[in-house]
Amino acid sequence: MTRTQKFAIAVLAIVTLASLAAGWIAPSYSEQFREFISARPSAKFPLGTDELGRDRFARLLYGTRVSLLLAPAAALLSTLIAALLGGTAGYLGGRWERLVTSGIDLFLSLPWLFLLMAVRALMPLNTSPVTSVILTFLLLGCLGWASPARMVRAGTRTLANSDYLLQARASGIAPARLFWRHLLPNLKPILAAQFWISVPVFILSEANLSLLGLGVAEPLPSWGAMLRDLENYTAVLQNPWMLAPAILLIAVVSCLQLLLRTEEPLPC
Amino acid sequence: MLAVLIRQLRRILLTVLLGGLLGATLVRLGPGFGTDERELDNRLNAQSQQAIRAEHASENNVAVFYVRYLAGLVHGDLGFSRSLNRPVTELLKERLPLTLVSLAYGVAGGIAIGLGLALVTVSWRAAGSNFIPAFLSGLCLAIPAAVIALVFLWMGAGGRWAIALVVFPHVYRYAKNLLVSAYQSPHVLAAQAKGLSGLRVLFAHVVLPAVPQLAALGGISVTLAFGASIPIEVVSDSPGIGQLAWRAALERDLPLLINITILIALMTMIVNSLADLALAARRPVE
Repeated sequence: MTRTQKFAIAVLAIVTLASLAAGWIAPSYSEQFREFISARPSAKFPLGTDELGRDRFARLLYGTRVSLLLAPAAALLSTLIAALLGGTAGYLGGRWERLVTSGIDLFLSLPWLFLLMAVRALMPLNTSPVTSVILTFLLLGCLGWASPARMVRAGTRTLANSDYLLQARASGIAPARLFWRHLLPNLKPILAAQFWISVPVFILSEANLSLLGLGVAEPLPSWGAMLRDLENYTAVLQNPWMLAPAILLIAVVSCLQLLLRTEEPLPC
Repeated sequence: MLAVLIRQLRRILLTVLLGGLLGATLVRLGPGFGTDERELDNRLNAQSQQAIRAEHASENNVAVFYVRYLAGLVHGDLGFSRSLNRPVTELLKERLPLTLVSLAYGVAGGIAIGLGLALVTVSWRAAGSNFIPAFLSGLCLAIPAAVIALVFLWMGAGGRWAIALVVFPHVYRYAKNLLVSAYQSPHVLAAQAKGLSGLRVLFAHVVLPAVPQLAALGGISVTLAFGASIPIEVVSDSPGIGQLAWRAALERDLPLLINITILIALMTMIVNSLADLALAARRPVE
């Protein structure tokens, strides 16, 4: 592990701990301090307040919690779907594999955000804030399976032709047991990689969706919802601390990407 | 080559049929389907209301709805947008050119920046030469497309260049890895050993053989650019397909949204198929 990656882990750990401790650090994200509307940063409000008098720092911490906890949950869901569909397709082959591959091609040929918006529009738009959070990340998890499934299918096909599986098959082990006990555990590295690749993608997707008004609903905070404040250029110029959610989002996604990065050495 | 062409055409046709069926089902199952605000008009008597309901009765069966949708598709009729009160075909004709121009600029700009930086990184090879392009591409990958569009809006620049910034990091990473592995192949080592100049080795022996794989970047870039076009067109208030899709999503205008999605899928599949054909054309016959 490089020094940069250690630094990335430290940043992610601090941000995660701060978001988990939001209840102690800044108790309420929705309380409206009517006497401090659009206030500048102070000891009481480190990032000032918004136009409704809500503490921006508290909202940032709670928003971080939403994005940092639910994006991995969505990534876990999409990885599980990918493991099931991609794994069985690679293992069973035949018509099932062709069907799954066609599904993967169909999903991958659609730009991600178009697909998300089409399905999100089908769901009720006037849902409660908590439902909107669950719906947004559930959709991300359910629709993000195609790219990981392609990798899992390729990995499974390679493993299915390996000597140890041939020997296991020759020993008369049942196909279901072969899949669960011998194949799936060996797919762990691929599944782990796909999980970690999905996390930043889902964080950015949630930010784009919420910024467009199709993600997490008010008054619940999320990074994307907080980025909507940036649409007011004059306000951003006068209150640069409004950039804090964007900076934090960029820092966290960059750290996640640094952890994933395997640099190929340049030719001598 | 012909087999690849047939396979690609079959794939595109299957996508349209499957996408159409999914779309028709989604529209049919969507909340509010079959309701008509005219039914709320108190001046209408029971018979008139019944007649209005009968107009939608035939649409209740998904299969019938789908067959009608396909028949309309064949005749270029993509349905009617309830939110904008206009035929979908008319809306697409009006807005597609603007998006296509933006995409052309964005994709061309993204590929030019990404390839340029990849070439500089690979040919320079000094310690730390990788740092600035890697930092820039990492930064652009970590910023949501909508925020990039906002920054461009603040600077007074067009949204099409924001698309370039979304596309370039992906192009840079793919092209750099491709060129790095091409540099390590034995024929390049032989060319270097024969004393060929660095630039000749780079362009004649590294870049040229990698052209088909680099062409595949076009397909990836177009898919990325279409995805980025929604937030970018919304933020920069550009009346293109992305903004139309967003409005359709907010207004729950599913016929419009589904048709846009199928159209975009079709276009990205055609571009991807062309890239695959380019790769197949260079592949030796087995």
